[in-house]
Amino acid sequence: MQLDTPNLSYIKELADGDADFEASLIAILKKELPKEKEAFMESVQQKNYQNSAAHVHKIKHKISILGLEKSYDFAIAFEEELKNGDPKRYDTFLSILQNMEKFLTTI
Amino acid sequence: MKSIIVDDEAAARAITKQLCKKIEALTVAEEFENAIDAIKYLNNNTVDLIFLDIHMPTFSGFDFIQTLKNPPLIILTTSDRNFALDAFEYDCVVDYLVKPITPERFAKAVDRIKDRSVANKIEEPLQPNDEDTATVGNDLYVNIDRRLVKINVPDICLIEAKGDYIKIKAEDKNYVVHSTLKKIEEKLPTHLFLKVHRSYIINTTKIVDIEDNSVLIKQDVIPVSRANRKELMKRLNLL
Repeated sequence: MQLDTPNLSYIKELADGDADFEASLIAILKKELPKEKEAFMESVQQKNYQNSAAHVHKIKHKISILGLEKSYDFAIAFEEELKNGDPKRYDTFLSILQNMEKFLTTI
Repeated sequence: MKSIIVDDEAAARAITKQLCKKIEALTVAEEFENAIDAIKYLNNNTVDLIFLDIHMPTFSGFDFIQTLKNPPLIILTTSDRNFALDAFEYDCVVDYLVKPITPERFAKAVDRIKDRSVANKIEEPLQPNDEDTATVGNDLYVNIDRRLVKINVPDICLIEAKGDYIKIKAEDKNYVVHSTLKKIEEKLPTHLFLKVHRSYIINTTKIVDIEDNSVLIKQDVIPVSRANRKELMKRLNLL
């Protein structure tokens, strides 16, 4: 899957010029995403796919915050696959998370 | 209007708080990352509105709503569209916002609260003897969120006890009312309704079939306790 490019459009729309909010939300994303990624990876390793689906569900919101529409659609489908015990597209989801983490280090 | 935010995700709480900032009449008193802490807070504090995430570990938003005796107005926030129908079974739920929440959609949800508040003020005088339920002719009036809502009694298929609440399943709609099975049983015509289990009253005219210790009412399989089975069989026009 061709990964889409993260952007700050939604965050800026919410901030409406409030630089403090913008900075604090980005700080939260930088702090929460690596933890959620780790928890997701661990649950897949343990083959606890219901739990993995719950992690994807939570991460899904962050994908949308960064304006990743294609990745968001992928996450919706992947969450369902995990609920059905199918982790086949794990690598693609991981590359989405890495894409987001890389972007967050640049801002 | 005093509100609280309940969401296990810090980013979601920050966004909801920011959206609230833009509504002058709205203040955020507290935010909670789990439902248990919010329940503790609500034991000692009252609020007008709760922004509530449905999908939380251990204790979901729906579990949380069911613990509240007099729930304030609730706006559900979720990344899942699939719960919308369940959400509106609760009369305290004013709106259902799918994340990511846009400022425009958020403003619309808050407008709905204003509309609801006005409606409540108009309906407030309708409180017959402070009861949760009252019958007038073929109609049963149930007290939902300080409004008396009319239900046509013959349309009721079944009533299920759910802790401090009862769930009334009617032909077209379900209602969750703060009452007991015993209380509503007294209001219902005995020729139509029968308590078949400690948690269920059924409308016997809505039975589809009966199998051993259960009855099928529309699509719901309802358990029948041994003690009530005899009375149920007596009511039926058996060949």
